[in-house]
Amino acid sequence: MITMDLLAIDLAYGLEKLLLIGGIITVSLIVAMYTTYAERKVAAWMQDRRGPNRAGPFGLLQPVADGLKLFFKEEIIPLTSNKTLFVLGPALAMVTAMLTSAVIPWGSSIELFGRNVSLQIADVNIGILYVFGVVSMGVYGIMIGGWSSNNKFSLIAAVRGASQIISYELAMGLSLIALLMMTGSLSLKTIVQQQMEGGWNIIYQPLGFLIFLICVFAECNRTPFDLPEAENELNFGYHQEYSSMKLGLYLFSEYVNMFISSAVVSTLFFGGYDIPFVDETALSLSLGANTVALLGFGALFAKILFFLFLFIWVRWTIPRFRYDQLMDLGWKKLIPLALANMLITALVILWLNK
Amino acid sequence: MASLTNRAKVLEQKPMSFMERLYLPAIFKGMAITFAHMFKKKATINYPEEKRPFSPVFRGLHVLNRDEEGRENCTACGLCAVACPAEAITMEAAERKTSEEHLYREEKYAAKYEINMLRCIFCGLCEEACPKDAIYMSETFAPSNFTRKGFIYSKDELLIPNPVTDKEEYEIAKGLREAQLKNK
Repeated sequence: MITMDLLAIDLAYGLEKLLLIGGIITVSLIVAMYTTYAERKVAAWMQDRRGPNRAGPFGLLQPVADGLKLFFKEEIIPLTSNKTLFVLGPALAMVTAMLTSAVIPWGSSIELFGRNVSLQIADVNIGILYVFGVVSMGVYGIMIGGWSSNNKFSLIAAVRGASQIISYELAMGLSLIALLMMTGSLSLKTIVQQQMEGGWNIIYQPLGFLIFLICVFAECNRTPFDLPEAENELNFGYHQEYSSMKLGLYLFSEYVNMFISSAVVSTLFFGGYDIPFVDETALSLSLGANTVALLGFGALFAKILFFLFLFIWVRWTIPRFRYDQLMDLGWKKLIPLALANMLITALVILWLNK
Repeated sequence: MASLTNRAKVLEQKPMSFMERLYLPAIFKGMAITFAHMFKKKATINYPEEKRPFSPVFRGLHVLNRDEEGRENCTACGLCAVACPAEAITMEAAERKTSEEHLYREEKYAAKYEINMLRCIFCGLCEEACPKDAIYMSETFAPSNFTRKGFIYSKDELLIPNPVTDKEEYEIAKGLREAQLKNK
């Protein structure tokens, strides 16, 4: 009898998690889809143009049309390519892009049918380590894609991408250590809760935020760090040999990556689902916990959308770095800065706790 | 040496200051510029719905003219073909029969008259060369086509509608022309 009960609870729990995973994947795919639209629109506006406005009202069906076009294109697998790896590349890029969303707290928790449903797929106590692990996996998507294409341009792009991501991961990790020394926890949920009480981390760690943001740009292969896919130097880089939806997956994974990293930045430095200048516990008494949880989700989403806009904004403002400038910035500027930031944070913490 | 204009500037090459090397202020400045551009007037015109106003001297597609009785003005003298720098115009002349006096104004007419719009540079020299006011350039431009052949316009495509048999169409074509002339 007891085992039956446990099983029932587990089933409901599993269902709840499955629904949550499905929901989050759907949302991130739709957001990624419309980020491509936003990218084209914002790019057009910044260049005094109008952008896509033919497919549907305001061109809102443009991403659907683009996706359909990619689906109907011929699927070409080059003769000399390594076929298994060639197919594995884009799949891996997409999977790693989606995986990070598992540990991000998308909201507090809502009451549904007498159950307390947490809006986070998995509250792992090593959340940030998990994020780093998955982000490092993202290199394989690029590296395998470039290598298996058996093309010199792709290979150069892949090597560039891999070295860039590895170099900037260092500075990224170091900039976060300072943050972690303050929070004392690796769980993203705990970090958000601390920010709800003690103010956002951006106030305490502005330099850390700046370094982290720059590294996020580099990790996402976005301009000014888009060397792996530099069109004018490497003919499109590591996905040069790809066609049809395999290319689509690569391009799409870039946007999913942007969405997820925006979520990570908002969670770590901008209070996650914290509604600014509002006391959540007082508000939930008058509005109900569910409404506040949804409002919190909305607040997180607004922050994410701002960062997505920032990604696009920067892309259409700054030109690309040269390769040596990229390495110079990563190794000689950001890492020492991050180390100094870490040291200062440690000293201040020691001084405050004496 | 004395400079030709007084606009020359002496280029100063000094090492970048700390603020310049920081690069971030420059980035923020650039971002402010791009952000301001988002709200500026768009240079694009939504083409099929919205059309750019043409200048009154715009040289578009050619039209072969008729007189008030609907007779073709062209006498196939070939001056337009000679004047054409792109060699886009070809024609074949024929002699008017006695029964055809209502069709052609003079004794000689163009049996075949073709303009290759892919060759044409729309310079308007044919219009200027014509002694009979038979060819002029309208305000429309050549629409796109799927074949090269489609761009070789024959006489029936170039002729203005007949004012006797097809009065309405002629009025429209003429009206557009008149409106153009008025705009001058």
